[in-house]
Amino acid sequence: MKQRHIVLGVVVVALAAAPQVLGNFAVSLLNDIGIGALVALGLVLLTGVGGATSFGQAAFVGIAAYGTAWLTTTQGASPWLGLLFALGLTGFAALAIGALTLRLGGHYLPLSTIAWGLSIAMLFGNIDALGRHTGLSNIPPLHLGSWSLAGPRAIYYLVWSLLGLACLFSYNVLQSRPGRAIRGLRGGSTLLASVGADAFRVRLTLFVLAALLAGLAGWLYAHMNRFVSPSPFDVRASIEYLLMAVAGGLGQLSGALVGAALVLIMKNGLQDVLPLLSQRGGQLEAVAFAVLFIVLLHQARGGLMGFITRRFGKFWAAPAAPLSEDVEPLPRRTPPPRGELLLSVKGAVKRFGGLVAVNDVSFDVRAGEIVGLIGPNGAGKSTMFNLVTGTSPMTAGRVEFLGQDVTGHAQQRIARAGLARTFQHVKLRPQMSLLDNVALGAHARARSGLIAAGLGLDRREEAQILAEAHRQLARIGLADRAHELAGSLPLGTQRILEIARALAADPVLLVLDEPAAGLRRKEKQALGELLRRLREEGVTILIVEHDMDFVMKLVDRLVVMTFGSKLTEGAPAAVRANPQVQAAYLGSGVEKPAAACADTSAAASAALATPVELARTA
Amino acid sequence: MTWDIALILGIDGLANGAVYLLAGLGLVLIFSVTRVVFVPFGDVAAFSALSLAAFETGRTPATIGLVLTLAALAVAAELWSLARRGEYGRMPRALVGWGLLPALPCLAAWAISGHEAPAAVRIIVAIALVVPIAPLVARVALQPIADASVLVLLITSLALHFLLSGLGLLFFGPEGSRTGPLLDGALTLPGGFPVSAQVMLMIGSAVVLSAMFFLLFERTVQGKALRATAVNRIGARLVGIRPARTALLAYTLASLLAGLIGVLIAPVMTMYYDSGFLIGLKAFVAAIIGGLVSYPLTAIGALAVGAVESFASFWSGALKDVIVFSLLIPVLMLRSFMARHIEEEAEEIDQ
Repeated sequence: MKQRHIVLGVVVVALAAAPQVLGNFAVSLLNDIGIGALVALGLVLLTGVGGATSFGQAAFVGIAAYGTAWLTTTQGASPWLGLLFALGLTGFAALAIGALTLRLGGHYLPLSTIAWGLSIAMLFGNIDALGRHTGLSNIPPLHLGSWSLAGPRAIYYLVWSLLGLACLFSYNVLQSRPGRAIRGLRGGSTLLASVGADAFRVRLTLFVLAALLAGLAGWLYAHMNRFVSPSPFDVRASIEYLLMAVAGGLGQLSGALVGAALVLIMKNGLQDVLPLLSQRGGQLEAVAFAVLFIVLLHQARGGLMGFITRRFGKFWAAPAAPLSEDVEPLPRRTPPPRGELLLSVKGAVKRFGGLVAVNDVSFDVRAGEIVGLIGPNGAGKSTMFNLVTGTSPMTAGRVEFLGQDVTGHAQQRIARAGLARTFQHVKLRPQMSLLDNVALGAHARARSGLIAAGLGLDRREEAQILAEAHRQLARIGLADRAHELAGSLPLGTQRILEIARALAADPVLLVLDEPAAGLRRKEKQALGELLRRLREEGVTILIVEHDMDFVMKLVDRLVVMTFGSKLTEGAPAAVRANPQVQAAYLGSGVEKPAAACADTSAAASAALATPVELARTA
Repeated sequence: MTWDIALILGIDGLANGAVYLLAGLGLVLIFSVTRVVFVPFGDVAAFSALSLAAFETGRTPATIGLVLTLAALAVAAELWSLARRGEYGRMPRALVGWGLLPALPCLAAWAISGHEAPAAVRIIVAIALVVPIAPLVARVALQPIADASVLVLLITSLALHFLLSGLGLLFFGPEGSRTGPLLDGALTLPGGFPVSAQVMLMIGSAVVLSAMFFLLFERTVQGKALRATAVNRIGARLVGIRPARTALLAYTLASLLAGLIGVLIAPVMTMYYDSGFLIGLKAFVAAIIGGLVSYPLTAIGALAVGAVESFASFWSGALKDVIVFSLLIPVLMLRSFMARHIEEEAEEIDQ
């Protein structure tokens, strides 16, 4: 961690000394790099961390630049008022565009960014008040009191201080509650909903943040160059900002600065060098730039900082935040009294077109018990699971949770009410530490937002969340690996980690989707003990599982489904002895000595184990 | 707007749409097999138009130098990767495939340039000349990172567009050119409305070619291999389809389509070295409307884009592209709403 501070210190000192040493041209270039890095920083957050590719950032730069240019030239307002106006305008535009387009999935989102990026840039050139294609000139320079920031050396410190603050803000955000949700975006909206976060709102907030960074850059651009015209804000400019972020590395905040420097220095260098080599140097510029760029991506597809992090990551790793032991724990829910009705499913029906996946299924779960939901392959267990957790809407029927009708409620609302889940196909963030993954589970128990987090006002709550995450990790026996990356764990352990994440939400009801799949014998025993201990502590568990041996030893009650309908429910022993259940698993034609079936539980549980399901289909 | 004007605009839109349809087919083909949004597609089309124009004015097309340069790079890349794996025995074949084969159309072009070759020969050679371009650039720049994320592939593809249009400026210069019409005369629709034969040719080619594409994908083993790779790369490998070879086929077919587009639009539009980009972008819009996978929807999208563009340019020439792209947003929202993506995880970024 020392190296990190040393490198950072050297960079800051070098940047502070730069205007004293370098010529005017170099200082202007550094100003351009600083402004480019601000936009690229937004892209690292939006595209790199959040997974939404934008081909329209230059349009936001343009909105802010034109906004402040219009206000200060035609209305004669102060540039500082222009800053407020520019940021307000950019934020509002981003909010409107984001609200319209951020629900788009897959390739539609990047294409829509091309669409509005192109349209907005073309509008600048067609509006009379904005000077059409000639643009607006004579924009007043900035003044700090009586100190004029007209020259490149004067504005240099403002550009780079703002960039520094923006980096610090972004860094703080990523290390916080809203930051974990942002880093969870790539895991899909179901993952975020399962911890009580609304993926759309998280993405919209992120989109506005990235746009505001671009807006800040636009304001600086307008008052530095004192002239705006449409061309620096068109789609080609947006592509260049994206090139910066990709060249620097979308995985690291530092990638924005490194990428902006790389792209702008490369372009300037080529402009200087190529005319010396050939008379047609000007024409060669684009070719040489493209070739260098492709070579860079071939050698380091994670960008320059991605490459450096991979090579020297050991010396560069972020310091693990020391865990303060004496923080006040996060507030907990009052657990419902044992035996109270928690979950009640009444006549649930789910149709996919003509297929009835779940047909009129009803069952209850009471506080303090472990209920197992079993059935042969294709019985509709997973669909039932999705109906209970609100992941997919019901065709008919009702679900009541804690006495409230939650039918049709959004998944995150049900999660916030105290229902936590795990996933059959593990949904962890492989590039986040174990601790961060579990802390994501506590999302709904804390409140600090993006601004508080960016300004570092969330430290107390953050310590509480991390302490809680640590406690849950200790509960599943992974406390000593808290700072490893979740992607490095074997699959079985990842499943256990998901349980810790669910527990971090302080749930009333824990819904587990095949938690024992992929676990070894010892691990299964440990999981069983963990679940029993949770029951002692008052957590209620609904479990969908294939491993009969595991389920039979664990649960208080079983609900058996077959072909979408409920077959029976009851205590494990009774279910095992039920001839209908045996027929469902083994087929009705199987003849067995009645005595053997009735008395040896080992034989019966073996018969109900998964391999036999294969025999049934064969 | 009178009915006459609407009819003119409609037919104009149909001709535009035909071009976007062909380009959209090419983009969908490449994307579905390789996950690459092939931005330089339009550049390839521009090069074939410029080559044809060069033949008409009796010059040797600069495309020859471009193709030979790319072939030299591809041979170097191929030999290097074979040498690293120690497979020296396969080198002669690579030399023939990547070096000699692309040189053949160059030889043909060199042979006919300066002579009064028949129009059909000029057209065929102009198309054949650009066919190696997409496979060659893909071999050099895209195949080595075939497993990278879609974003990195897209950015590389964008850089390739800058590279090709830069080379275009270098080889062809900044002047635009326009060729004579491939077909003279006009047809008269019932009602006394004339339609130029060139427009009919464009629409007809689009219809015939898209039908051929449909048959290729539905009825041939090669077409099925392409579809299989599009659906699941690993699965396709397991049944013995080589993704690199399928990708090569996709790039070659797409290049052929781009060449056809070039000679079809050369008579109706002045082509510059960088005219391809907007054609590619609008075709991309059509392809997205088709979800980048569906050929029939791409066709509908292409016709819609062509029609909107044609009518928008009537109302406001300056705001033509603003209208086209702004209308895209509601279409995208509708598409996204109708598409049943219950859950999608974004792929992880490259480290």
